[in-house]
Amino acid sequence: MSAFGLVAKRGVSPKIIRPSFNLLTNDGYSAASSFLQGHNTNITRLLSSQPHNPKVPKVATWEPASEDQLPPPAQIPADLVDKLERLALVDFRTKQGLACLEKAIRFADQLHVVDTSSVEPMDSVLEDRALNLRADAVTEGGCAEELLQLSKNTIEEYFVAPPGNIPLPTKEERASMLKHSEL
Amino acid sequence: MNKQISSILYTKASCVIRRLSTSSSRCRSQPQPRAESAPQQLVGVVGLEIHAQINSNTKLFSGSSVRFTAPPNSLVSFFDASLPGTLPVLNKRCVDAAVMTGLALSCTINRMSLFDRKHYFYADLPAGYQITQQRRPIAVDGTLTYCFLGGKKRSQVIRKTVNIKQIQLEQDSGKSLHDDLRSQTLIDLNRAGVGLMELVMEPDMSCGEEAAAAVRELQLILQALGTCQGNMSEGQLRVDANVSVHKPGEPLGIRAEVKNINSVRYLARAIDYEIQRQIDILQRGGTVQNETRAYDSKSGFMPEPNLPPLIVYEDNASLPTGIDACQAVVVETIRKVLPELPSVKRDRLVQTYGILPEHSFTLVNEDGLVDYFEAVLKVTKMGPRKVIGWVIKELLGHLKQQDMSVSQSPISPSALAELLELQETGHISSSVAGQVFQEMWKSSGKTALQIVQELDLGLVSDTAQLHSICQKVVDSNPDEVNAIRNGNKKVLNKLMGLVQKETKGRADPVLVRAILQEKTLLKSDC
Repeated sequence: MSAFGLVAKRGVSPKIIRPSFNLLTNDGYSAASSFLQGHNTNITRLLSSQPHNPKVPKVATWEPASEDQLPPPAQIPADLVDKLERLALVDFRTKQGLACLEKAIRFADQLHVVDTSSVEPMDSVLEDRALNLRADAVTEGGCAEELLQLSKNTIEEYFVAPPGNIPLPTKEERASMLKHSEL
Repeated sequence: MNKQISSILYTKASCVIRRLSTSSSRCRSQPQPRAESAPQQLVGVVGLEIHAQINSNTKLFSGSSVRFTAPPNSLVSFFDASLPGTLPVLNKRCVDAAVMTGLALSCTINRMSLFDRKHYFYADLPAGYQITQQRRPIAVDGTLTYCFLGGKKRSQVIRKTVNIKQIQLEQDSGKSLHDDLRSQTLIDLNRAGVGLMELVMEPDMSCGEEAAAAVRELQLILQALGTCQGNMSEGQLRVDANVSVHKPGEPLGIRAEVKNINSVRYLARAIDYEIQRQIDILQRGGTVQNETRAYDSKSGFMPEPNLPPLIVYEDNASLPTGIDACQAVVVETIRKVLPELPSVKRDRLVQTYGILPEHSFTLVNEDGLVDYFEAVLKVTKMGPRKVIGWVIKELLGHLKQQDMSVSQSPISPSALAELLELQETGHISSSVAGQVFQEMWKSSGKTALQIVQELDLGLVSDTAQLHSICQKVVDSNPDEVNAIRNGNKKVLNKLMGLVQKETKGRADPVLVRAILQEKTLLKSDC
């Protein structure tokens, strides 16, 4: 994500480089690599008040991994797409959505190039810190009014939510729902 | 109890297989399949997932209060409401509670354990995830030993064990009140973030009775430890049962979950119902449907990035230098303050008072009964084995009849002790004592002595009076007297009964028997 990551800065000029998923190269690579290789690699920091740190290269030095270093491209069966949609509650079953997903996976596949044998995965940057323990004394709470004000819908000090968990319609039902909405 | 009809089956090899009742190896509550079905019987397999609310002042990761009843959303901190910018801070009391519970259940305490996020969508889970310990929980590999009264007369203490896979710390969710009329759900987050210990038990049980006994024992243990108050009706102890059936030796069948149970009694019935339901389906040739929800499929887990690993130290010697005492959880320290567990208590009562194991079991199983029993013993000269009879048969019997707890008993320990004294010192007979007990139960506050005096129930030991009554009975029952003289000693009891009727049960039975024997034998001498 961060390779694309020039977040919009103030006073921005048309020089913003945005990820463009419509740019397909024939080897299936994400757009950025070819974009950065061939095009403007002059990434400058706009409106910065500090001098350029010599440790940061002036020009991007990152090179994409070659196709032979990567595992075979992941196939995403329809069941998996359905499961992902259910977990994330996001509809992405369109051609565009699926292509985006495939490219994202391909981009992440580059991690396989790194040799992680005998290296424990890190799941928290706090792993070397001691976990702070709290004494069992009441220090918070009693702010019902404040919290309820944050909600659009309340009834007598309760938050109001839609009924239960409306189960997601089945694959077929949703496909037809999408079809209808696209019309 | 189903009486098994022993049936004889002939296999192709024409050897005879005799199928007998195996109620000792299987729960009696399971019905026996018909003789025509396959030689192997379907048995139930029950695994329990128990959520125990930790008895602490504040929640697991925030400083808001833990209380059962409070105005909605009044016990909610910004973190509990999952407002952005808030972070979890672990409550030491919850860690101590989990370690103590793990030790009481003979678990291995993991020196290092980790926290994870379990993601799922539900309105009472404001963050969209629950912080739990799926990868490396705080305690693993324990055992729970439980007992129940079985055998023909339910007087045999049957002991079983169930393995505990793990104990993990996790957050509770808020409460949803469903308003189907207006198609909405009302959310109260008071419970959101309260610390839970999830205990996962291996599927070592085979029926509702075993599961109920295991839960009851766990309840007693947690209450003794003080780590959970174990009140099922208030949701402090929540049990989910995974039930399946299979033929022994074959792979396990499809599991179905039994949830939302708020009493131990109902748990047993619900599980047995489910076992029977599945057996019926399979015997009809159908298959059991698995109705688990999407989020049960073990996905949606990720490590909790805001919490470093939880380190627990074995003893004071292994503490890193300079560490603050209130930042260190030391297993040895907790082990030292473990209170007496129910199983130890039962054995101690048997040793100390010489009562039977099944009586000890009943004593410990009933809240407050041990204290009652010991309070009576302090004040009376009657031996413990006689007292236990009174406490279990009379007191507990009456309490159960009216669905009352020991604390609601209209007869206090001292009042009962007074009654027992009257019997021990010969002021009243044992049958009268039972009568007085009933009176005391009905008119709470009246002492035994008062009732005996009011109803004139004192033992009649006046020999002259007894002699004349006995004479009267002997004179008016010549046939019986003859039977006695001819060797039928048992008829004497009938005469005794008649005498007692005359004296309204107030005659000293020992004296009456002696007098009657004398009189009946005298006659034969003439």
